[in-house]
Amino acid sequence: MSDVNAVVDERVKQTSGLRKALIRPELGAIVGTIAVFAFFIVFAGDSGMFNAQGVLNWSTVSAQFVIIAVGACMLMIAGEFDLSVGSMIGFAGMSIAIMSVTLGWPVWIAILVTFAICIAIGALNGIIVVRTGLPSFIVTLAFLFILRGFTIFFPQLIERRTIIGGISDVAQGDWLAPVFGGKILGGLFVWLADLGLVDTFSRGTREGQPVVDGIPMLIVWALGLMILAHVVLTRTRFGNWVFAAGGDAQAARYVGVPVNRVKILMFMFTAFCATIFATCQVMEFGSAGADRGLLKEFEAIIAVVIGGALLTGGYGSVIGAALGALIFGVVQQGLFFAGVESSLFRVFLGVILLLAVILNTYIRRIITGER
Amino acid sequence: MASFDHNPIVEMRNIEKHFGPVIALNGVSFDVRPGECHCLLGDNGAGKSTFIKTMSGVHKPTGGEIMFEGRPMSFDSPRDAMEAGIATVYQDLAMIPLMSVTRNFWMGREPVKRVGPFNFIDFKMANETTMAEMRRMGINLRSPDQAVGTLSGGERQTVAIARAVHFGAKVLILDEPTSALGVRQTANVLSTIDKVRKTGIGVVFITHNVRHAMAVGDRFTVLNRGKTLGTAQRGQITPEELQDMMAGGQEMVELEGSLGGTV
Ligand SMILES: Nc1ncnc2c1ncn2[C@@H]1O[C@H](COP(=O)(O)OP(=O)(O)O)[C@@H](O)[C@H]1O
Ligand SMILES: [Mg+2]
Repeated sequence: MSDVNAVVDERVKQTSGLRKALIRPELGAIVGTIAVFAFFIVFAGDSGMFNAQGVLNWSTVSAQFVIIAVGACMLMIAGEFDLSVGSMIGFAGMSIAIMSVTLGWPVWIAILVTFAICIAIGALNGIIVVRTGLPSFIVTLAFLFILRGFTIFFPQLIERRTIIGGISDVAQGDWLAPVFGGKILGGLFVWLADLGLVDTFSRGTREGQPVVDGIPMLIVWALGLMILAHVVLTRTRFGNWVFAAGGDAQAARYVGVPVNRVKILMFMFTAFCATIFATCQVMEFGSAGADRGLLKEFEAIIAVVIGGALLTGGYGSVIGAALGALIFGVVQQGLFFAGVESSLFRVFLGVILLLAVILNTYIRRIITGER
Repeated sequence: MASFDHNPIVEMRNIEKHFGPVIALNGVSFDVRPGECHCLLGDNGAGKSTFIKTMSGVHKPTGGEIMFEGRPMSFDSPRDAMEAGIATVYQDLAMIPLMSVTRNFWMGREPVKRVGPFNFIDFKMANETTMAEMRRMGINLRSPDQAVGTLSGGERQTVAIARAVHFGAKVLILDEPTSALGVRQTANVLSTIDKVRKTGIGVVFITHNVRHAMAVGDRFTVLNRGKTLGTAQRGQITPEELQDMMAGGQEMVELEGSLGGTV
């Protein structure tokens, strides 16, 4: 058997390297990120947005988006949605607050039990979706209401209010709380301040200390989750199964991919990400509120779509989704620095969502060769 | 002909399959031997796909026996059948258009390389093997990263066939691989079937096109309304006879008369 009768289709144009480089899910997000930074450097460059404090500010906001976008991205590539992410954030935060403050459990137990409950709810979402064959849109919409309802009901029942504070006090000395609410590399910033690279407070109780006293764990989690998810998705067997499950579940089953298991695991991962978001937030604010996380599921999905994922599953990029989240954080905080009315952020979201979806459809056509 | 020197790899005896009130298969017997191409013919709805799905572990037969290499066998899942060496290329292909050729080729059996405590897909090896196996089947890929969606229908069939051969299939089942293809691509797929057969694999080739069957078949079995009308050797039957059996005899003869024998 030789190459003699090899089929070389002379009617397929040779694609150039450039074109190939362009057909990547992250394309739109990379262009968008550059555009957004260019815009704010021009219009808000001297507003403090790009000094140490400003960078920390939008990085923290972006990191929040990244954490939920990574989960939503993996799930969307596996062919499903989770609309209960926002409610899960509120629910998880309230769960930690009730267990640690009201019930007086050690904070680390409250955190671990909350993770277990939320991941179990994620699994339940997934099991219902794969068993019934219903669209995940409907199943998780139900959980959006169920979880939010409980999040308002329990604190009212137990404490007669919808915000529970005092978590900072009970978290004092806890070994697990700093993993979510702490900061790292404080020494580095002291050193940078000594070199004059980072400003120091010139007044008040913290005079002489650097204005940035470390990198919040929130950012560490965001980077860690992003790298983990990216490597798993692109480099491992399980990642190939995630693409396969979302690309064509039946085709994947035929070749022995455990599609149901993959999908359920992705629902659990999304719930895990939402719980990390919630735990970091609770530790930062020192309180849990029944309205936390509102609309977060949509923001996560928009970031993922900006990142180049297809709503139909089977295609997307974690790096793209993280860039989508970065665009969010930068624009939201940038508008603030530039002194623009913050409601315009919503307008921006809607517009960029539309542009991203149109671009994705176009890229998909190129990839699959369909017209 | 190689087919007589060997015992069947798979032998299906009196297979029945009911879907509720629908009797899709009503006692079908069929066998495949190494190195032969056994064609399963039948009109749309005859039960061909249902039949091979009982062979490949997708459906459990309602009645009948499946012998695999001489022993009774009951597959619980497609995976079981695959592991035993029964590979199937389904009518709806089981390829994912948005994923690369390599990712599709290895889907479900990705080769891994250990790096410290982690297992990563060995893309270098996977890409090289994919290119080599495709070349063996007569197709030069532009790149193993190319999405399957950019391949032609015939090339997609070939990826699926090459995959089955690579993973050591003893029996390769092809469900209507030529039904959606043009002339040239059909010829390519038929020549691929020929190559596969010569490696000693038993091929089950499903089609409703008598000419395609005649081009590569060693034996022919016709299914009609869930029943088989027997198996014929190559040379013992004419294309016209096959055509008649598929259509259920009498009516077809009448039809053909009125159409001037062109069907
Ligand atoms: N899962 C199923 N449930 C009910 N009926 C089915 C199912 N699969 C096939 N059938 C019926 O069995 C018959 C044979 O179908 P099929 O095997 O697909 O035919 P072919 O492949 O020969 O065109 C058809 O009447 C079809 O409607
Ligand atoms: Mg069929």
